[in-house]
Amino acid sequence: MKKIFSRTKSLRAVDTHYCPGCGHGVVHRLIAEIIDELNIRGITIGVTPVGCAVVAYDYWDFDCVESAHGRGLAVATAIKRLQPDKIVFTYQGDGDLAAIGTAETIHAANRGENLTVVFINNAVYGMTGGQMAPTTLIGQKTATTPLGRNEKTEGYPLKISELLAQLPAVYSVERTFADSVQGILKTKNAIKTAFKNQMENKGFSLVEVLSACPTYWDMSALESLDWIKSTMSKEFPLGKLK
Amino acid sequence: MKSNLCRRRLLVRQAGMRLRRKKILLSGNEAIAQGAIDAGCRFYAGYPITPQNELIGYMAKNMVSSGGVFIQSESELAAINMVFGASASGVRAMTSSSSPGISLMQEGISYLAGARLPAVIINIMRAGPGLGNIWPAQSDYFQATKSGGHGDYHCIVLAPSSVQDAYDLTFEAFVLADKYRIPVIILGDAILGQMMEPLSVHSKKLRTRNYEPGTTKKWAATGCKGRKPNVVKSFYLNLGELEKFNLKLQRKYNIIKQKEQRYEALNTTDARVILVAYGTMARLAKQAMVSLREKGVRVGLIRPINLWPFPVDIFKRITNHACLPARQESRITFLVIEMSYGQMLEDVKLTVNGRARVEFLGRSGGGIPSEGQIIRKTVKLLNG
Repeated sequence: MKKIFSRTKSLRAVDTHYCPGCGHGVVHRLIAEIIDELNIRGITIGVTPVGCAVVAYDYWDFDCVESAHGRGLAVATAIKRLQPDKIVFTYQGDGDLAAIGTAETIHAANRGENLTVVFINNAVYGMTGGQMAPTTLIGQKTATTPLGRNEKTEGYPLKISELLAQLPAVYSVERTFADSVQGILKTKNAIKTAFKNQMENKGFSLVEVLSACPTYWDMSALESLDWIKSTMSKEFPLGKLK
Repeated sequence: MKSNLCRRRLLVRQAGMRLRRKKILLSGNEAIAQGAIDAGCRFYAGYPITPQNELIGYMAKNMVSSGGVFIQSESELAAINMVFGASASGVRAMTSSSSPGISLMQEGISYLAGARLPAVIINIMRAGPGLGNIWPAQSDYFQATKSGGHGDYHCIVLAPSSVQDAYDLTFEAFVLADKYRIPVIILGDAILGQMMEPLSVHSKKLRTRNYEPGTTKKWAATGCKGRKPNVVKSFYLNLGELEKFNLKLQRKYNIIKQKEQRYEALNTTDARVILVAYGTMARLAKQAMVSLREKGVRVGLIRPINLWPFPVDIFKRITNHACLPARQESRITFLVIEMSYGQMLEDVKLTVNGRARVEFLGRSGGGIPSEGQIIRKTVKLLNG
């Protein structure tokens, strides 16, 4: 009998620590599938963040480097410059990429580092207990905005992808949402293209994935997906930004 | 001024031609950069700050032609994390800065220590606190030797006192960093960074015997083709795991404490006052010692070259000897001299542990204890 489907090689056969309905598991798997499909497992180096996905290297089965909070793109810059024949990607959350690591993000993008960035935007800090993220929506209640985010004191949701798309050295920026079969396939295609861009030396490619955090949104898994569709994607419109 | 410099260069060049080993004239900052390149450093990232800008400039000029990567980073935070990535790739990597910039790097240095990554960090100290000024100081001794970042860790700390020393110790720093998988700090000051002296560089034979750039390290993240995946990390969440790791680090530190004590000891056998100073300060102390010896005053000098681990054995040898009944009449005084307010003093006191008198002379904020001040203080101690 012909084998048409098997376990993703780049993903270990272990349970993850993620909450039910969390978006991380889906994107972890998509990255692993893409690495298998592109046959680059042996030359890939992943840079993991500080945040819920800090132990992504326990789930992925390829070389990884753990970076300090926000410094993923500085670490990745050096790895890629020294090993230009390898495939280097960072996996970062909204706090990591767009708050504490804003400078590293903007400058790596501005230098046009030939890297792939997978940016998980769930509008909240998960690992530390649901505090405000740079991407938290106006009015959204979090542990540090108990009355809801107020633009007068906390500012507006930071659209870092739109900012990055303005930089001449950035090659591609796309925002997706892995809610349904269609959304998952779109996300996979976007991330796969971002990896291919690097293989073709095209430069800095970023994919922002709107991702659910049912635990700290205080919603069920299904409600979370609905909220992204009805509310979050209005603030962060889907599609190709560059 | 310029023609004088050219003439000096020419004279040095002529002098160099007579010697078998080639001599070149460089500033301390440049000598450190050249020492790093000769040691096989193939990655440098840094952010401009006075008084170490000649170093980043030298790297910008020479790193790429040496087959390496140079990056002017957006901050010191980025620089140290780029060094982290470079070291995780298995490449000999370095950054440099001066006091305020080194403060910004402390988190990254702690991560390097936690991930057991070799790296070399140069601190050409200026005066603080805060923005302070750009005059020489030694006031980052605590930060360098007592682990300036969070967590139970140590960096090996080396303190050069001449341009030749700066070259040699930077070269050695890379050897030690790889040997123990540990960050190594070179602690210099603005005088050392700025002054120019002739120096001999290592022969190509010695350089390549030490290390060949491109050598792969078995723990590095280079892609898992043909082996199991490598993970470079410092995170140990499960209870007990981190304690086990920390004990492993402590065992390594204990080995380093035993094996890596470097110092220079002069005229200590009959000395009644032993000056203790490191880096540029040690050169002034040495000059004071020579002047006092010419007058027949029994003065010696200990120059710690390693600041961590502190060279405790030489102090113990001297104080144990001084405790012998035959030497009772000749009480020894250690006079610690710093361009700071009593930082190394604490290590000397801990080491001597009450077995001899320990006195202090220090200035900071750009002030430097002069030869005259050292002489006067020494004479006063001998009479008092």
